[in-house]
Amino acid sequence: MATASTAAPALARAQTSARIVVVGGGFAGTLCARTLKKLDPKLSVTLVEPEKTFTAYPFSNDVLGGFRDLGQQQFGYDAVAKDSVALAQTAATAVDPAAKTVTLGDGTKLSYDKLVLAPGVDLNWTALPGYTEAASEKMPHAWKGGAQIALLRRQLEAMDDGGVVGMAVSANPTRCPPGAYERACLIAHYLKTKKPKSKLLLLDAKDQFSMQRLFEQAWTKLYPGLVERVPLSQGGNVTSVDPSTMTLVTDFESYKVAVANVIPPQKAAAIAASAGVADRTGWCTVEPVAFESTLQKDIHVLGDATLISGVSKSAFVAAEEGKVCAAAIVAKLAGKMPEESQLTNTCYSFVAPGQVIRTTSVFRADKGQLLEIPGSTDTTALDAEPSVQAHEADEAGRWFGTLTKEVFG
Amino acid sequence: MANALINAPKTAKRGDTIEIKALILHPMETGFRPGTNGRMIPRNIIEHFSARWNGEEIFAMTFSPAIAANPFVSFFTVAKESGKIDFLWTGDEDFRVTESVAITVT
Ligand SMILES: Cc1cc2nc3c(=O)[nH]c(=O)nc-3n(C[C@H](O)[C@H](O)[C@H](O)COP(=O)(O)OP(=O)(O)OC[C@H]3O[C@@H](n4cnc5c(N)ncnc54)[C@H](O)[C@@H]3O)c2cc1C
Repeated sequence: MATASTAAPALARAQTSARIVVVGGGFAGTLCARTLKKLDPKLSVTLVEPEKTFTAYPFSNDVLGGFRDLGQQQFGYDAVAKDSVALAQTAATAVDPAAKTVTLGDGTKLSYDKLVLAPGVDLNWTALPGYTEAASEKMPHAWKGGAQIALLRRQLEAMDDGGVVGMAVSANPTRCPPGAYERACLIAHYLKTKKPKSKLLLLDAKDQFSMQRLFEQAWTKLYPGLVERVPLSQGGNVTSVDPSTMTLVTDFESYKVAVANVIPPQKAAAIAASAGVADRTGWCTVEPVAFESTLQKDIHVLGDATLISGVSKSAFVAAEEGKVCAAAIVAKLAGKMPEESQLTNTCYSFVAPGQVIRTTSVFRADKGQLLEIPGSTDTTALDAEPSVQAHEADEAGRWFGTLTKEVFG
Repeated sequence: MANALINAPKTAKRGDTIEIKALILHPMETGFRPGTNGRMIPRNIIEHFSARWNGEEIFAMTFSPAIAANPFVSFFTVAKESGKIDFLWTGDEDFRVTESVAITVT
Protein backbone atom coordinates (compact mmCIF):
# COMPACT_ATOMS: atom_id res chain seq x y z
CA MET A 1 0.00 0.00 0.00
CA ALA A 2 2.70 2.46 1.04
CA THR A 3 4.88 1.67 -1.97
CA ALA A 4 1.95 2.04 -4.33
CA SER A 5 1.10 5.48 -3.00
CA THR A 6 4.69 6.76 -3.35
CA ALA A 7 5.03 5.31 -6.86
CA ALA A 8 1.86 6.95 -8.13
CA PRO A 9 2.90 10.63 -7.74
CA ALA A 10 6.28 9.86 -9.36
CA LEU A 11 4.49 8.45 -12.38
CA ALA A 12 2.11 11.39 -12.47
CA ARG A 13 5.03 13.80 -12.36
CA ALA A 14 6.74 12.00 -15.22
CA GLN A 15 3.56 12.43 -17.25
CA THR A 16 3.01 16.08 -16.62
CA SER A 17 6.38 17.72 -16.36
CA ALA A 18 8.42 15.68 -18.82
CA ARG A 19 11.05 17.78 -20.55
CA ILE A 20 11.32 17.36 -24.28
CA VAL A 21 14.00 19.00 -26.36
CA VAL A 22 13.53 19.17 -30.13
CA VAL A 23 16.61 20.04 -32.20
CA GLY A 24 15.94 21.45 -35.68
CA GLY A 25 13.12 23.81 -36.61
CA GLY A 26 12.39 22.39 -40.05
CA PHE A 27 9.24 20.60 -41.13
CA ALA A 28 9.76 17.58 -38.89
CA GLY A 29 11.06 19.28 -35.74
CA THR A 30 8.75 22.29 -35.69
CA LEU A 31 5.64 20.23 -36.29
CA CYS A 32 6.71 17.68 -33.69
CA ALA A 33 7.29 20.39 -31.05
CA ARG A 34 3.95 22.10 -31.74
CA THR A 35 2.04 18.81 -31.82
CA LEU A 36 3.55 17.72 -28.50
CA LYS A 37 2.35 20.92 -26.87
CA LYS A 38 -1.09 20.57 -28.47
CA LEU A 39 -1.52 16.96 -27.30
CA ASP A 40 -0.29 17.69 -23.79
CA PRO A 41 0.01 21.37 -22.82
CA LYS A 42 1.72 20.40 -19.55
CA LEU A 43 4.82 19.11 -21.32
CA SER A 44 7.84 21.36 -21.27
CA VAL A 45 8.93 21.57 -24.90
CA THR A 46 12.00 23.43 -26.18
CA LEU A 47 12.69 23.88 -29.88
CA VAL A 48 16.34 24.56 -30.72
CA GLU A 49 16.97 26.28 -34.07
CA PRO A 50 19.75 28.78 -34.92
CA GLU A 51 18.15 30.42 -37.98
CA LYS A 52 15.66 33.28 -37.64
CA THR A 53 14.22 32.47 -41.06
CA PHE A 54 13.52 29.01 -42.43
CA THR A 55 13.82 28.53 -46.18
CA ALA A 56 11.48 25.81 -47.46
CA TYR A 57 12.83 23.74 -50.33
CA PRO A 58 9.59 22.41 -51.83
CA PHE A 59 8.76 24.88 -54.66
CA SER A 60 12.29 26.34 -54.47
CA ASN A 61 12.99 25.13 -58.00
CA ASP A 62 10.21 27.47 -59.16
CA VAL A 63 12.43 30.31 -57.93
CA LEU A 64 15.24 29.02 -60.13
CA GLY A 65 12.76 28.77 -63.00
CA GLY A 66 12.08 32.48 -62.53
CA PHE A 67 8.36 32.31 -61.71
CA ARG A 68 8.35 32.48 -57.91
CA ASP A 69 9.87 34.82 -55.31
CA LEU A 70 12.30 33.46 -52.76
CA GLY A 71 10.30 35.36 -50.13
CA GLN A 72 7.39 32.97 -50.66
CA GLN A 73 9.70 30.19 -49.44
CA GLN A 74 10.65 31.86 -46.19
CA PHE A 75 9.04 31.55 -42.79
CA GLY A 76 9.73 32.82 -39.26
CA TYR A 77 9.13 31.32 -35.82
CA ASP A 78 6.85 33.95 -34.26
CA ALA A 79 3.77 31.74 -34.25
CA VAL A 80 5.76 28.86 -32.79
CA ALA A 81 6.91 31.00 -29.87
CA LYS A 82 3.26 31.99 -29.20
CA ASP A 83 2.38 28.29 -28.76
CA SER A 84 4.34 28.31 -25.48
CA VAL A 85 6.95 26.13 -27.08
CA ALA A 86 10.21 27.54 -25.68
CA LEU A 87 12.33 28.68 -28.59
CA ALA A 88 16.11 28.58 -28.23
CA GLN A 89 17.54 30.48 -31.18
CA THR A 90 20.97 28.91 -31.20
CA ALA A 91 22.50 25.70 -32.49
CA ALA A 92 22.77 22.54 -30.46
CA THR A 93 26.49 21.79 -30.35
CA ALA A 94 26.64 18.50 -28.44
CA VAL A 95 24.44 15.78 -27.00
CA ASP A 96 25.37 13.57 -24.07
CA PRO A 97 23.02 10.57 -24.30
CA ALA A 98 24.20 9.13 -20.97
CA ALA A 99 23.67 12.35 -18.98
CA LYS A 100 20.63 13.16 -21.17
CA THR A 101 21.71 16.71 -21.86
CA VAL A 102 21.97 18.92 -24.93
CA THR A 103 24.61 21.66 -25.02
CA LEU A 104 23.70 24.85 -26.86
CA GLY A 105 25.88 27.33 -28.73
CA ASP A 106 25.84 29.77 -25.81
CA GLY A 107 27.10 27.06 -23.46
CA THR A 108 23.84 26.32 -21.64
CA LYS A 109 22.91 22.72 -21.02
CA LEU A 110 19.34 21.49 -21.36
CA SER A 111 18.31 18.27 -19.62
CA TYR A 112 15.77 16.11 -21.38
CA ASP A 113 13.57 13.12 -20.73
CA LYS A 114 13.07 12.66 -24.48
CA LEU A 115 15.16 14.20 -27.21
CA VAL A 116 13.94 14.64 -30.77
CA LEU A 117 16.61 15.26 -33.41
CA ALA A 118 15.35 16.65 -36.72
CA PRO A 119 18.43 18.49 -38.01
CA GLY A 120 18.12 17.61 -41.69
CA VAL A 121 21.21 16.98 -43.81
CA ASP A 122 24.74 18.31 -44.06
CA LEU A 123 26.48 18.41 -47.39
CA ASN A 124 29.47 16.12 -47.36
CA TRP A 125 32.41 18.42 -48.10
CA THR A 126 34.94 15.60 -48.35
CA ALA A 127 33.10 13.22 -50.67
CA LEU A 128 33.61 15.00 -54.01
CA PRO A 129 37.21 16.13 -54.68
CA GLY A 130 37.35 19.87 -55.37
CA TYR A 131 33.91 20.55 -53.96
CA THR A 132 34.52 22.44 -50.73
CA GLU A 133 32.32 24.94 -48.98
CA ALA A 134 34.35 27.70 -50.67
CA ALA A 135 33.79 26.04 -54.06
CA SER A 136 30.04 26.20 -53.48
CA GLU A 137 30.25 30.00 -53.64
CA LYS A 138 31.23 29.58 -57.30
CA MET A 139 29.39 26.35 -58.08
CA PRO A 140 26.26 26.53 -55.91
CA HIS A 141 24.54 23.41 -54.63
CA ALA A 142 21.30 25.31 -53.96
CA TRP A 143 20.36 22.32 -51.84
CA LYS A 144 20.30 23.95 -48.42
CA GLY A 145 19.67 27.50 -47.23
CA GLY A 146 18.15 30.51 -48.97
CA ALA A 147 21.40 32.22 -49.99
CA GLN A 148 22.40 29.32 -52.24
CA ILE A 149 19.12 29.44 -54.17
CA ALA A 150 19.53 33.18 -54.66
CA LEU A 151 23.12 32.67 -55.85
CA LEU A 152 22.24 30.05 -58.46
CA ARG A 153 19.34 32.18 -59.67
CA ARG A 154 21.67 35.20 -60.08
CA GLN A 155 24.18 33.10 -62.01
CA LEU A 156 21.48 31.85 -64.37
CA GLU A 157 20.27 35.40 -64.94
CA ALA A 158 23.81 36.67 -65.60
CA MET A 159 24.70 33.87 -68.03
CA ASP A 160 24.98 34.75 -71.73
CA ASP A 161 22.54 33.13 -74.14
CA GLY A 162 24.29 30.06 -75.55
CA GLY A 163 25.95 29.01 -72.30
CA VAL A 164 25.93 25.49 -70.91
CA VAL A 165 24.43 24.96 -67.47
CA GLY A 166 25.98 21.83 -65.92
CA MET A 167 24.30 19.89 -63.13
CA ALA A 168 26.19 17.23 -61.21
CA VAL A 169 23.83 14.91 -59.36
CA SER A 170 25.16 12.49 -56.74
CA ALA A 171 23.94 8.97 -56.04
CA ASN A 172 21.28 8.19 -53.41
CA PRO A 173 20.66 8.64 -50.53
CA THR A 174 20.01 12.35 -50.93
CA ARG A 175 17.23 14.60 -49.73
CA CYS A 176 14.36 14.73 -52.21
CA PRO A 177 15.66 12.41 -54.97
CA PRO A 178 13.24 13.81 -57.63
CA GLY A 179 14.30 17.38 -56.75
CA ALA A 180 17.27 17.35 -59.12
CA TYR A 181 15.13 16.31 -62.10
CA GLU A 182 12.44 18.84 -61.29
CA ARG A 183 15.23 21.41 -61.19
CA ALA A 184 16.46 20.28 -64.61
CA CYS A 185 12.94 20.88 -65.99
CA LEU A 186 12.60 24.34 -64.50
CA ILE A 187 16.08 25.56 -65.43
CA ALA A 188 15.28 24.27 -68.94
CA HIS A 189 12.04 26.27 -68.82
CA TYR A 190 13.99 29.41 -67.97
CA LEU A 191 16.54 28.78 -70.72
CA LYS A 192 13.86 27.98 -73.31
CA THR A 193 11.96 31.18 -72.62
CA LYS A 194 14.88 33.57 -71.96
CA LYS A 195 18.09 32.04 -73.35
CA PRO A 196 17.03 29.64 -76.10
CA LYS A 197 20.51 29.01 -77.48
CA SER A 198 21.66 27.62 -74.12
CA LYS A 199 21.81 23.99 -73.03
CA LEU A 200 21.40 22.02 -69.82
CA LEU A 201 23.84 19.15 -69.24
CA LEU A 202 22.83 16.79 -66.46
CA LEU A 203 25.69 14.56 -65.30
CA ASP A 204 24.12 11.85 -63.19
CA ALA A 205 25.71 9.32 -60.83
CA LYS A 206 22.52 7.25 -61.17
CA ASP A 207 21.06 5.22 -63.99
CA GLN A 208 17.52 5.06 -62.64
CA PHE A 209 15.46 7.55 -60.68
CA SER A 210 11.94 8.15 -59.46
CA MET A 211 9.30 9.15 -62.05
CA GLN A 212 12.00 8.70 -64.69
CA ARG A 213 9.75 8.14 -67.69
CA LEU A 214 7.60 11.14 -66.77
CA PHE A 215 10.63 13.41 -66.47
CA GLU A 216 12.16 12.07 -69.68
CA GLN A 217 8.89 12.65 -71.46
CA ALA A 218 8.85 16.25 -70.19
CA TRP A 219 12.39 16.83 -71.47
CA THR A 220 11.63 15.53 -74.97
CA LYS A 221 8.21 17.13 -75.26
CA LEU A 222 8.70 20.48 -73.54
CA TYR A 223 12.42 21.09 -73.96
CA PRO A 224 13.49 19.25 -77.12
CA GLY A 225 17.24 19.41 -77.74
CA LEU A 226 17.79 21.48 -74.62
CA VAL A 227 18.36 18.88 -71.91
CA GLU A 228 21.10 16.30 -72.25
CA ARG A 229 21.41 13.71 -69.48
CA VAL A 230 24.46 11.48 -69.15
CA PRO A 231 23.60 8.60 -66.80
CA LEU A 232 26.09 6.58 -64.74
CA SER A 233 26.34 3.80 -67.33
CA GLN A 234 27.36 6.32 -69.98
CA GLY A 235 30.00 7.87 -67.78
CA GLY A 236 27.86 10.46 -65.97
CA ASN A 237 29.39 10.06 -62.50
CA VAL A 238 31.18 13.31 -61.62
CA THR A 239 34.38 12.37 -59.79
CA SER A 240 35.85 15.82 -59.22
CA VAL A 241 35.16 19.49 -59.93
CA ASP A 242 37.40 22.49 -60.53
CA PRO A 243 35.75 25.80 -59.68
CA SER A 244 38.69 27.87 -61.00
CA THR A 245 38.08 26.58 -64.55
CA MET A 246 34.34 25.83 -64.08
CA THR A 247 34.95 22.21 -65.01
CA LEU A 248 33.01 19.09 -64.07
CA VAL A 249 35.14 15.96 -64.42
CA THR A 250 33.82 12.42 -64.90
CA ASP A 251 35.77 9.17 -65.29
CA PHE A 252 35.70 9.71 -69.04
CA GLU A 253 35.36 13.42 -69.88
CA SER A 254 35.84 16.96 -68.64
CA TYR A 255 33.01 19.42 -69.20
CA LYS A 256 33.56 23.17 -69.09
CA VAL A 257 30.32 24.95 -68.22
CA ALA A 258 29.08 28.53 -67.78
CA VAL A 259 27.03 27.80 -64.67
CA ALA A 260 27.52 24.75 -62.46
CA ASN A 261 25.01 23.35 -59.98
CA VAL A 262 26.72 20.64 -57.95
CA ILE A 263 24.58 18.47 -55.70
CA PRO A 264 27.17 16.59 -53.63
CA PRO A 265 26.66 13.50 -51.43
CA GLN A 266 24.93 14.20 -48.12
CA LYS A 267 24.70 12.82 -44.61
CA ALA A 268 22.69 13.40 -41.43
CA ALA A 269 23.54 16.84 -39.98
CA ALA A 270 26.53 16.83 -37.58
CA ILE A 271 24.57 16.87 -34.32
CA ALA A 272 23.35 13.33 -35.11
CA ALA A 273 26.91 12.02 -34.99
CA SER A 274 27.54 13.91 -31.74
CA ALA A 275 24.51 12.21 -30.21
CA GLY A 276 25.73 8.80 -31.35
CA VAL A 277 22.65 8.13 -33.46
CA ALA A 278 24.33 8.19 -36.89
CA ASP A 279 25.89 4.93 -38.05
CA ARG A 280 28.81 4.25 -40.40
CA THR A 281 26.70 5.29 -43.41
CA GLY A 282 26.41 8.79 -41.91
CA TRP A 283 22.63 8.34 -41.53
CA CYS A 284 20.34 7.39 -38.62
CA THR A 285 18.30 4.24 -38.34
CA VAL A 286 15.12 4.28 -36.25
CA GLU A 287 12.32 1.91 -35.27
CA PRO A 288 9.22 2.54 -37.34
CA VAL A 289 6.58 3.39 -34.71
CA ALA A 290 7.99 6.22 -32.59
CA PHE A 291 11.15 6.82 -34.69
CA GLU A 292 13.34 6.12 -31.69
CA SER A 293 16.99 5.61 -32.61
CA THR A 294 18.14 2.00 -32.85
CA LEU A 295 21.42 3.14 -31.25
CA GLN A 296 20.38 5.41 -28.33
CA LYS A 297 17.44 5.16 -25.96
CA ASP A 298 15.12 8.17 -25.58
CA ILE A 299 16.47 9.88 -28.70
CA HIS A 300 14.05 10.07 -31.60
CA VAL A 301 15.28 11.01 -35.07
CA LEU A 302 13.02 12.44 -37.76
CA GLY A 303 13.04 13.66 -41.33
CA ASP A 304 15.95 13.89 -43.72
CA ALA A 305 18.49 12.75 -41.11
CA THR A 306 17.02 9.23 -41.08
CA LEU A 307 17.56 6.44 -43.54
CA ILE A 308 14.42 4.38 -43.91
CA SER A 309 14.62 2.03 -46.85
CA GLY A 310 12.07 2.82 -49.54
CA VAL A 311 11.00 6.10 -47.94
CA SER A 312 12.35 9.13 -49.78
CA LYS A 313 13.43 12.19 -47.87
CA SER A 314 10.67 14.73 -48.35
CA ALA A 315 8.99 17.54 -46.46
CA PHE A 316 5.75 15.60 -46.82
CA VAL A 317 7.15 12.62 -44.90
CA ALA A 318 9.14 14.77 -42.45
CA ALA A 319 5.93 16.52 -41.36
CA GLU A 320 4.04 13.22 -41.03
CA GLU A 321 6.87 11.82 -38.94
CA GLY A 322 6.80 14.90 -36.70
CA LYS A 323 3.13 14.32 -35.88
CA VAL A 324 3.38 10.55 -35.50
CA CYS A 325 6.42 10.89 -33.24
CA ALA A 326 4.72 13.49 -31.03
CA ALA A 327 1.74 11.19 -30.48
CA ALA A 328 4.04 8.24 -29.78
CA ILE A 329 6.08 10.20 -27.23
CA VAL A 330 2.92 11.32 -25.42
CA ALA A 331 1.70 7.72 -25.36
CA LYS A 332 5.04 6.43 -24.07
CA LEU A 333 5.17 9.03 -21.29
CA ALA A 334 1.72 7.89 -20.22
CA GLY A 335 2.99 4.31 -20.10
CA LYS A 336 0.96 3.29 -23.15
CA MET A 337 2.04 1.50 -26.31
CA PRO A 338 2.17 3.95 -29.20
CA GLU A 339 -0.20 3.23 -32.03
CA GLU A 340 1.22 1.90 -35.26
CA SER A 341 0.35 4.55 -37.77
CA GLN A 342 0.49 4.65 -41.50
CA LEU A 343 2.72 7.12 -43.23
CA THR A 344 1.99 8.69 -46.59
CA ASN A 345 4.51 10.26 -48.88
CA THR A 346 3.61 12.38 -51.87
CA CYS A 347 6.17 13.91 -54.16
CA TYR A 348 4.98 16.70 -56.39
CA SER A 349 7.37 17.80 -59.13
CA PHE A 350 6.96 20.69 -61.49
CA VAL A 351 7.88 19.96 -65.10
CA ALA A 352 6.89 23.51 -66.18
CA PRO A 353 4.99 26.41 -64.57
CA GLY A 354 1.50 25.14 -63.74
CA GLN A 355 2.35 21.56 -64.70
CA VAL A 356 3.05 18.99 -62.00
CA ILE A 357 3.61 15.24 -61.89
CA ARG A 358 3.13 13.27 -58.70
CA THR A 359 3.80 9.97 -57.02
CA THR A 360 2.22 8.82 -53.75
CA SER A 361 3.06 5.78 -51.62
CA VAL A 362 1.74 4.56 -48.28
CA PHE A 363 3.94 2.86 -45.66
CA ARG A 364 3.10 0.78 -42.60
CA ALA A 365 5.23 -0.50 -39.70
CA ASP A 366 5.75 -4.23 -40.09
CA LYS A 367 8.25 -6.49 -38.27
CA GLY A 368 10.37 -3.59 -37.11
CA GLN A 369 10.49 -1.98 -40.52
CA LEU A 370 8.50 0.62 -42.34
CA LEU A 371 7.29 -1.12 -45.48
CA GLU A 372 5.46 0.18 -48.49
CA ILE A 373 1.95 -1.26 -48.66
CA PRO A 374 2.00 -3.31 -51.89
CA GLY A 375 0.00 -1.66 -54.63
CA SER A 376 -0.28 1.63 -52.73
CA THR A 377 1.88 3.59 -55.15
CA ASP A 378 -0.07 5.93 -57.38
CA THR A 379 1.73 7.97 -60.03
CA THR A 380 0.62 10.45 -62.68
CA ALA A 381 0.00 8.55 -65.91
CA LEU A 382 2.44 8.88 -68.77
CA ASP A 383 0.86 10.85 -71.61
CA ALA A 384 -1.77 12.31 -69.24
CA GLU A 385 -3.78 15.25 -70.61
CA PRO A 386 -2.30 18.68 -69.76
CA SER A 387 -5.38 19.29 -67.59
CA VAL A 388 -4.27 16.43 -65.31
CA GLN A 389 -0.90 18.07 -64.71
CA ALA A 390 -2.60 21.44 -64.20
CA HIS A 391 -4.88 19.85 -61.59
CA GLU A 392 -1.84 18.35 -59.83
CA ALA A 393 -0.26 21.81 -59.81
CA ASP A 394 -3.32 23.18 -57.97
CA GLU A 395 -3.15 20.29 -55.51
CA ALA A 396 0.56 20.91 -54.96
CA GLY A 397 -0.07 24.59 -54.28
CA ARG A 398 -2.77 23.75 -51.74
CA TRP A 399 -0.51 21.17 -50.08
CA PHE A 400 2.32 23.69 -49.69
CA GLY A 401 -0.05 26.32 -48.30
CA THR A 402 -1.62 23.94 -45.80
CA LEU A 403 1.68 22.43 -44.72
CA THR A 404 3.54 25.69 -44.17
CA LYS A 405 0.53 27.11 -42.29
CA GLU A 406 0.40 24.04 -40.08
CA VAL A 407 4.16 24.16 -39.39
CA PHE A 408 4.88 27.90 -39.18
CA GLY A 409 1.47 29.64 -39.18
CA MET B 1 26.35 5.52 -78.20
CA ALA B 2 29.20 3.09 -78.01
CA ASN B 3 28.75 0.04 -75.81
CA ALA B 4 32.04 0.70 -74.10
CA LEU B 5 33.79 3.79 -72.80
CA ILE B 6 37.56 3.91 -72.39
CA ASN B 7 39.63 6.55 -70.68
CA ALA B 8 43.38 6.23 -71.26
CA PRO B 9 45.89 9.04 -71.69
CA LYS B 10 46.77 9.79 -75.33
CA THR B 11 50.39 10.39 -74.40
CA ALA B 12 52.64 9.28 -71.57
CA LYS B 13 56.30 9.33 -70.61
CA ARG B 14 58.16 6.03 -70.66
CA GLY B 15 58.10 4.53 -67.18
CA ASP B 16 55.08 6.57 -66.03
CA THR B 17 52.33 4.81 -64.12
CA ILE B 18 49.07 5.51 -65.92
CA GLU B 19 45.46 4.83 -65.03
CA ILE B 20 43.12 3.21 -67.52
CA LYS B 21 39.34 3.14 -67.04
CA ALA B 22 36.80 1.05 -68.91
CA LEU B 23 33.02 0.91 -68.60
CA ILE B 24 30.69 -1.33 -70.59
CA LEU B 25 26.91 -1.53 -70.86
CA HIS B 26 25.76 -4.99 -69.80
CA PRO B 27 22.84 -6.27 -67.67
CA MET B 28 25.00 -8.82 -65.71
CA GLU B 29 21.93 -11.00 -65.18
CA THR B 30 22.83 -13.35 -62.31
CA GLY B 31 20.76 -16.40 -63.22
CA PHE B 32 19.34 -16.45 -59.69
CA ARG B 33 16.38 -14.14 -60.29
CA PRO B 34 12.87 -15.19 -61.18
CA GLY B 35 11.25 -13.26 -64.04
CA THR B 36 7.65 -12.04 -64.19
CA ASN B 37 6.52 -15.53 -65.29
CA GLY B 38 8.07 -17.07 -62.16
CA ARG B 39 10.77 -18.88 -64.13
CA MET B 40 14.44 -18.12 -63.58
CA ILE B 41 15.92 -15.60 -65.97
CA PRO B 42 18.90 -17.36 -67.57
CA ARG B 43 22.32 -16.20 -66.52
CA ASN B 44 23.84 -13.63 -68.85
CA ILE B 45 27.08 -12.15 -67.60
CA ILE B 46 30.41 -10.98 -68.91
CA GLU B 47 32.90 -13.66 -67.91
CA HIS B 48 36.20 -12.15 -68.85
CA PHE B 49 37.83 -8.82 -69.53
CA SER B 50 41.38 -8.23 -70.76
CA ALA B 51 43.61 -5.44 -71.98
CA ARG B 52 46.61 -5.98 -74.27
CA TRP B 53 49.31 -3.42 -75.02
CA ASN B 54 50.74 -4.16 -78.48
CA GLY B 55 49.59 -7.74 -78.03
CA GLU B 56 50.98 -8.26 -74.55
CA GLU B 57 48.41 -8.79 -71.81
CA ILE B 58 48.67 -6.03 -69.20
CA PHE B 59 45.45 -6.68 -67.26
CA ALA B 60 42.79 -9.38 -67.06
CA MET B 61 39.94 -10.26 -64.77
CA THR B 62 37.20 -12.83 -64.41
CA PHE B 63 33.73 -11.57 -63.56
CA SER B 64 31.20 -13.32 -61.33
CA PRO B 65 27.40 -13.03 -61.10
CA ALA B 66 27.81 -10.82 -58.01
CA ILE B 67 29.16 -7.96 -60.12
CA ALA B 68 26.63 -5.23 -60.82
CA ALA B 69 25.29 -4.21 -64.22
CA ASN B 70 27.44 -2.00 -66.46
CA PRO B 71 30.77 -3.01 -64.92
CA PHE B 72 33.36 -0.28 -64.49
CA VAL B 73 37.01 -1.28 -64.25
CA SER B 74 39.96 0.92 -63.42
CA PHE B 75 43.57 -0.30 -63.33
CA PHE B 76 47.13 1.00 -63.42
CA THR B 77 49.94 0.03 -65.75
CA VAL B 78 53.42 1.26 -66.67
CA ALA B 79 53.87 3.00 -70.05
CA LYS B 80 56.50 1.17 -72.12
CA GLU B 81 56.12 1.91 -75.81
CA SER B 82 53.88 3.69 -78.30
CA GLY B 83 51.17 1.65 -79.91
CA LYS B 84 47.72 0.29 -79.36
CA ILE B 85 45.83 -0.96 -76.32
CA ASP B 86 43.13 -3.52 -77.14
CA PHE B 87 40.30 -4.30 -74.77
CA LEU B 88 38.17 -7.43 -74.97
CA TRP B 89 35.05 -8.41 -73.04
CA THR B 90 33.60 -11.91 -73.52
CA GLY B 91 30.72 -13.70 -71.83
CA ASP B 92 27.47 -15.63 -71.97
CA GLU B 93 25.32 -15.71 -75.11
CA ASP B 94 28.44 -15.25 -77.27
CA PHE B 95 28.98 -11.77 -75.89
CA ARG B 96 32.11 -10.27 -77.43
CA VAL B 97 33.04 -6.58 -77.60
CA THR B 98 36.39 -5.13 -78.58
CA GLU B 99 37.63 -1.59 -78.26
CA SER B 100 41.05 -0.07 -78.81
CA VAL B 101 42.89 3.18 -78.18
CA ALA B 102 46.19 4.55 -79.45
CA ILE B 103 48.86 5.84 -77.09
CA THR B 104 52.12 7.68 -77.77
CA VAL B 105 54.96 7.08 -75.33
CA THR B 106 57.86 9.50 -75.39
C1 LIG C 1 15.53 21.25 -54.43
C2 LIG C 1 14.65 20.56 -53.44
C3 LIG C 1 13.31 20.40 -53.70
C4 LIG C 1 12.47 19.77 -52.80
N1 LIG C 1 11.16 19.63 -53.11
C5 LIG C 1 10.34 18.99 -52.26
C6 LIG C 1 8.95 18.82 -52.56
O1 LIG C 1 8.47 19.26 -53.61
N2 LIG C 1 8.18 18.16 -51.68
C7 LIG C 1 8.68 17.66 -50.52
O2 LIG C 1 7.91 17.07 -49.76
N3 LIG C 1 10.00 17.80 -50.19
C8 LIG C 1 10.83 18.46 -51.03
N4 LIG C 1 12.16 18.61 -50.71
C9 LIG C 1 12.69 17.95 -49.50
C10 LIG C 1 12.47 18.74 -48.23
O3 LIG C 1 13.01 20.02 -48.35
C11 LIG C 1 13.12 18.01 -47.06
O4 LIG C 1 12.82 16.65 -47.11
C12 LIG C 1 12.62 18.58 -45.72
O5 LIG C 1 13.05 19.90 -45.60
C13 LIG C 1 13.08 17.74 -44.54
O6 LIG C 1 12.66 18.29 -43.34
P1 LIG C 1 13.51 18.13 -42.00
O7 LIG C 1 12.69 18.75 -40.95
O8 LIG C 1 13.98 16.75 -41.85
O9 LIG C 1 14.85 18.97 -42.28
P2 LIG C 1 15.03 20.51 -42.69
O10 LIG C 1 13.81 21.06 -43.30
O11 LIG C 1 16.29 20.56 -43.45
O12 LIG C 1 15.24 21.25 -41.29
C14 LIG C 1 16.33 21.00 -40.47
C15 LIG C 1 16.49 22.18 -39.52
O13 LIG C 1 17.41 21.82 -38.49
C16 LIG C 1 18.23 22.92 -38.20
N5 LIG C 1 19.46 22.40 -37.57
C17 LIG C 1 20.45 21.66 -38.13
N6 LIG C 1 21.43 21.41 -37.24
C18 LIG C 1 21.03 21.97 -36.07
C19 LIG C 1 21.62 22.06 -34.77
N7 LIG C 1 22.80 21.50 -34.49
N8 LIG C 1 20.94 22.72 -33.81
C20 LIG C 1 19.74 23.29 -34.07
N9 LIG C 1 19.15 23.24 -35.28
C21 LIG C 1 19.79 22.60 -36.27
C22 LIG C 1 18.44 23.58 -39.54
O14 LIG C 1 18.82 24.95 -39.39
C23 LIG C 1 17.07 23.42 -40.18
O15 LIG C 1 16.23 24.52 -39.94
C24 LIG C 1 13.01 19.28 -51.59
C25 LIG C 1 14.36 19.44 -51.30
C26 LIG C 1 15.19 20.07 -52.20
C27 LIG C 1 16.62 20.24 -51.88
